[in-house]
Amino acid sequence: MRVGVLYSRIRKDEKLLLGELRERGHDVEKIDVRKERFGLDSTTAAVDDLDVVVDRCLSTSRSLYATRFLDSYGVPVVNGPETGDVCADKAKNSLALAEADVPTPATEVAFTKEAALEAIESFGYPCVLKPVVGSWGRLMAKIDSRNAAEAILEHKETLGHYEHKVFYVQEFVDKPGRDVRVLAVDGDPVAAMTRSSEHWLTNAAKGGETEPFDLDERATELVERASEAVGGGMLGVDLMEVGVEADTAETGGSGEYTVHEVNHTVEFKALDAATDVDVPARVVDWLEAKAVELADGAVVGADA
Amino acid sequence: MTSDTDTLTAEDPITGEEIEIPADVEVGEIIDSPVTGTELEVISLDPVVLDEAPELEEDWGE
Repeated sequence: MRVGVLYSRIRKDEKLLLGELRERGHDVEKIDVRKERFGLDSTTAAVDDLDVVVDRCLSTSRSLYATRFLDSYGVPVVNGPETGDVCADKAKNSLALAEADVPTPATEVAFTKEAALEAIESFGYPCVLKPVVGSWGRLMAKIDSRNAAEAILEHKETLGHYEHKVFYVQEFVDKPGRDVRVLAVDGDPVAAMTRSSEHWLTNAAKGGETEPFDLDERATELVERASEAVGGGMLGVDLMEVGVEADTAETGGSGEYTVHEVNHTVEFKALDAATDVDVPARVVDWLEAKAVELADGAVVGADA
Repeated sequence: MTSDTDTLTAEDPITGEEIEIPADVEVGEIIDSPVTGTELEVISLDPVVLDEAPELEEDWGE
């Protein structure tokens, strides 16, 4: 098949993906979005006759616009712009999960620091303040006191981009020192791992230690439903175990989870290293099936 | 220029020194300069041209 890869930076993840695609003899068109122009009817990017384009843009804004333009030209792109739109914004992400009745942490959005402070006080301390757009645990705040809340809100209101004045306040989930990352393709789990840290942020990008994780029936069901809630595609679904103490997490969980986030340009090098699963191979398996599905005019996630 | 089967040589854009980089690099790939540790982007392969990688931006991530 002819595969386009949208990118602006080749990380280890893209390197693994490109290697697998080429090893299988696929014709790969790398598309550096920084060098292209996107008009209303056409683009300078070489997208003609591609069976599928996979979005691997590191920059969320570029990802959202590039996929939107390609979609408007009728170029098959995964993940589609609708999925990206929901996943890129934590408020939309939370709403989609809640609307699909997927357990997700209680969340409120406020637009002034006064209203945000009311939201924080209503959750009690600690609670969490997150940027609506952001990743890798950046600019996340665990708020332990009213003094801290007032200071953080004033800083965000004074210094921040307008998006930082969309105050996304969330209950603090007392997870057992780890959370769970699942890579799923159209709801089907490919691999799962835990990310553990002494710090409340357990992101692999923050140095969290990774271990393979066996999904139970409940987690598998939630991954499928969370994927469907945001429109499907290749996704990183993040769950936290609830009702589990840190010292008993290894011996068995409560079987209950809350889904805090779904990521649409999921990184998988850590999963590939932490598990026995050949993640790039499974991803390319899915892309091959997707290309056939798209050629047949079948429905692709919720974007079609 | 290929120095052996596993590495290429290129000019470090910051120090001007000749450095060795993996032979299987991709255009667009980010490598760490063995001299300064700075992130460098592979701009082209023939010839091998490196430049300082873009700084982290707020919307980068997953």
